[in-house]
Amino acid sequence: MIRVALRGLAGRKLRSALTALAIVLGVAMISGTFILTDTINKGFTTIFTESYKNTSAVITARSAISSSNSGAALTGGFPASVLDKVTGLPDVSAAAGSITDTAKLVRRNGSTFGTHGAPAIAVSYQPHEERFNPLVLVAGSFPTTSSEVAIDKTSADKEHYKPGDTIRVIARGPEKLFTVSGIVKFGTVSSIGSATIAVFDLQTAQQLFNKLGKFDVVRVAAKGNVSSSKLATEIRPLLPPTAQVRTASAQVKQETKDVGFVGIIQKILLGFGGVALFVGAFVIFNTISITVAQRMRELATLRTIGASRRQVMASVLGEALIVGALAAVAGLFLGFGLAVGLDKLMSAIGIDLPKSATVFATRTVVVSLIVGVAITLLSALRPALRATRVPPIAAVREGADLPPGRLAFLGPPLKAIVTAAGIALLLYGFFVHGIAVTQRLVAMGVGALLLFVGVALISAWLVRPLASVLGWPATKIGGSAGNLARANSIRNPGRTASTAAALMIGIALVTSVAALASGIRNTVHNTLERTFVGDYAVTSPDGFTPFAPASEKALARVPGVTAVSGERVGDGKAFGNTVSVSAVDGDVAKVIHIDWAQGSDATPAQLGANGAILEKTYAKHRHVGVGGHFSLQTPAGTKLDLVLKGTYVAPKGPPAFGSVIIPQRTFDRVYPQPTNLFEFVNMRGGATDANTKKLKVALADFPDVKLQTESQFRKNQSKFINQLLALLYVLLALSVIISLFGIVNTLVLTVFERTRELGMLRAVGMTRRQVRRMIRHESVITALIGAALGIGLGFFIAFLVTQALKKDGIGFAVPTVSVVVFVVAAIVAGLLAAILPARRAARLNVLEALQYE
Amino acid sequence: MAQTATETHPAGAATDGAVVAATELTRRYGQGDTAVDALRGVSLQVRRGELSAVMGPSGSGKSTLMHILAGLDRATSGEVFIDGTAVGRLNDTELTRLRRKHIGFVFQFFNLLPMLTAEENIVLPLSIAGRKPAREWLETLIDKVGLADRRTHRPSELSGGQQQRVAIARALVSQPTVVFADEPTGNLDSATSEDILRLMRESVDTFGQTTVMVTHDPRAAAIADRILFLADGLIVRELPRSDPADVLAVVNELNAR
Ligand SMILES: Nc1ncnc2c1ncn2[C@@H]1O[C@H](COP(=O)(O)OP(=O)(O)OP(=O)(O)O)[C@@H](O)[C@H]1O
Ligand SMILES: [Mg+2]
Repeated sequence: MIRVALRGLAGRKLRSALTALAIVLGVAMISGTFILTDTINKGFTTIFTESYKNTSAVITARSAISSSNSGAALTGGFPASVLDKVTGLPDVSAAAGSITDTAKLVRRNGSTFGTHGAPAIAVSYQPHEERFNPLVLVAGSFPTTSSEVAIDKTSADKEHYKPGDTIRVIARGPEKLFTVSGIVKFGTVSSIGSATIAVFDLQTAQQLFNKLGKFDVVRVAAKGNVSSSKLATEIRPLLPPTAQVRTASAQVKQETKDVGFVGIIQKILLGFGGVALFVGAFVIFNTISITVAQRMRELATLRTIGASRRQVMASVLGEALIVGALAAVAGLFLGFGLAVGLDKLMSAIGIDLPKSATVFATRTVVVSLIVGVAITLLSALRPALRATRVPPIAAVREGADLPPGRLAFLGPPLKAIVTAAGIALLLYGFFVHGIAVTQRLVAMGVGALLLFVGVALISAWLVRPLASVLGWPATKIGGSAGNLARANSIRNPGRTASTAAALMIGIALVTSVAALASGIRNTVHNTLERTFVGDYAVTSPDGFTPFAPASEKALARVPGVTAVSGERVGDGKAFGNTVSVSAVDGDVAKVIHIDWAQGSDATPAQLGANGAILEKTYAKHRHVGVGGHFSLQTPAGTKLDLVLKGTYVAPKGPPAFGSVIIPQRTFDRVYPQPTNLFEFVNMRGGATDANTKKLKVALADFPDVKLQTESQFRKNQSKFINQLLALLYVLLALSVIISLFGIVNTLVLTVFERTRELGMLRAVGMTRRQVRRMIRHESVITALIGAALGIGLGFFIAFLVTQALKKDGIGFAVPTVSVVVFVVAAIVAGLLAAILPARRAARLNVLEALQYE
Repeated sequence: MAQTATETHPAGAATDGAVVAATELTRRYGQGDTAVDALRGVSLQVRRGELSAVMGPSGSGKSTLMHILAGLDRATSGEVFIDGTAVGRLNDTELTRLRRKHIGFVFQFFNLLPMLTAEENIVLPLSIAGRKPAREWLETLIDKVGLADRRTHRPSELSGGQQQRVAIARALVSQPTVVFADEPTGNLDSATSEDILRLMRESVDTFGQTTVMVTHDPRAAAIADRILFLADGLIVRELPRSDPADVLAVVNELNAR
């Protein structure tokens, strides 16, 4: 029987290959995701581990708040005397102090390297502490004078910096000129992503970052057999309150925690892999069902010569097993290519993360293979069960029907129940309050899955009306070929329905994403329009990385400027939580519209040293009224006693401020390195070319910022929506491609099945062109049915989501242009899918086709 | 077969010495006004080592009878015994076992598996049953059907006559109690038909293979040890071994009615 299965596959190479492809792509997505995220994770852990090589214990500045990006930059370091005390311990074999801060490298064209949220690392170097140094020289030497800097290889390669070249670096304040002394690489890591590294000699670093007599990190190596934890215990009592000690492994663990987002990326990508596999399952189910129907006589003959039901089932499942296994293996390896593609895709929208050498974990192999084989087998289960019902008499009787299965009477109600259950789960996931996030996500995921399956089942009833409407153009354009195409598409409604269903899933998801995006875009656009009312905005090139506020003064000196207001950002601890802190000056209301609940546009100027502004509901939930006191702790440990001076209502959509607003002067006093998120400028005459030119000139010395008119700024601020949308489209495209294979497959099988009929049509005068046209139209009609169902479902899902997010101001919007694009895409998809089957049909030799048995 | 012990020998001595026996078989297709009675009470017995032919006008119920005898279809009433086992009461698993052991089938349209070679097709019933063909028997059989030089050919590479030889060898390979053949020459030209008929006759003579064959061709019927004539779902005449002219005479007579 296994041989029958094997030979059957060999005899149906094309359709087996097409079937396999449906799974290959899904599995590749899974394996590619694992390979990429493993490689990134390994990249991070390698960086963290190598940062503390030969180190037993690490002393760092203590941050008062637990925040993911409260690095040394936000604290002011700790006294260098710690190093002497620690070196004096009998168990210490070596110790070295260093500076870790941030410094931006400037490109040759004057702009900074955009790091898209990745750190622009600055570290110090000491010639005698080689043992702790994770950096490896690629060219030149480490810096030894105050005018030298070593930079990372990636940045150097991008801008062709060589040792001896001059480079501008922004540490604090305006940029400074340095000579490149050398090019470095981070240990064994292949890529540090979009991060950059600047290495200074120790004294230079201390000077640059205002840390004379201070360190950010002290690395300590223990003597021979002293354990790290023992060493840490010995060090702890020697430290001032501004410093803390951890064992090297605890430090690595701590830093690894900060990159938990890689896990989230992994889950999201796996989700898309899951969707692709789900679509693939439809394709496989469909192909195997059709194959079983076509092989009825063969299967029945097997029964007449003594094959048992179980053997028939085994032969169908055996075929699926082989296809699934081959597809899984192919997908596993295609994953390498896909990992590269995914990486490129993420880089394109600015997510460029560190990478080690490619990691190919056992887990990747196991999961990919199991998933690929399991999905194939599961999809084959129903057709295989049907195959067991093929009666032996079908061997001699044309058109014998399958006897209905024992559970056939459950059919129609089951379809309704599956659909209803899907909708119920979706409603539960979207609208029921007080359930855990995972529970919610699972409810929504399973709900969507059931809904898709349910609609696919029900759609067999919808094929006839849909085809008569959607096939109407075909009958007009295609003449008799179009008429036949429409008739053919409803000949086997179940088959057309499940073929279309695969496409439906992809289109439904794409449509709901598009509808959501246009809803969100509207909200964001309106909010930005209302909120940001200045003439010009200054941000870092990527729009969200905070930058040094030094440019404020330069802007203020430009003639014609009526107001310059910067918004500082930082982390703090208030009401027991880590919160984001914004600091404003008295002019803020001139550039940002604030919807006051209590207070007025004059309030920001009247904050004094310890006034604060909070969002209305935020204040209410924390029981502070105007005039009430609360405290804010900075990362460096300073405690501020604040008085609430005003409250405002936050707009729906992206907020303009952090949770707590404090006066700028106070912020600059207690945050060691203040940074701005935005700077806004008002000028006489508003945004004009002449004014733009003047401001540009003033900003020439600040390559880390970008000047924009307010309208450009608003556009840039909502750019992420389009980028995200593009990313989602690309990821969903995979599912759409898989469903195309489904259409190709069905058509190829249909052509095969109708060989005799096609021969007859040719014999009575149909031209090859007409045959091709007929197949093409049938394909387009199927694709359009998928698109119609998908767009409908997509709207339904988007509607549910927007209803659930109503309070966040996200409304339902019909993305008309996108819908038109999707319909056109479906037509093109149908045409593409028809190419191969149409060619096969047209190639049929009339005589052979008629004799075909 | 566990079943043989319980369901052997129905009342009466009707099945004495018979490997296939049918009692009062009826078969009704459809219901109500459109119902067709394809068989209206057919009883017959086939003795071991005998080649029987079934003849009759088109639509007389020959195929229906054959399908019911072979356990492919169920009678509306009446019972079929194969080697003493009542076929009508078997469930699917038992029927499968019955087919493996007792029944071979030769189809009008050959019904070979296109992806297997001639030899693989021939041994398929054995491999399905998890048995190994006895090498010697297989060689004898392949020699007999004259396919020694065609073993590795696919059905599509064989002529119609050759395909039917493969099908006959496949029916014989498990040495079943009885081989049923429904118009085995119906799809072949007359020269090839003669070949096939000779082969069927030889399989009875050499291997003692009990065979029941449906045919329209008086020359085919002439190789049989006995000829049953069916008309309107009833057996209306029986001839012992006869020559084609006598058979033709009966056929014409029945057609004239
Ligand atoms: N599946 C079926 N459903 C309804 N009626 C059937 C079916 N199969 C056969 N019949 C009817 O039963 C009668 C006997 O058919 P059967 O196929 O047994 O005839 P036959 O003697 O084999 O004819 P032929 O020589 O043409 O093959 C015919 O009237 C036929 O129309
Ligand atoms: Mg017949």
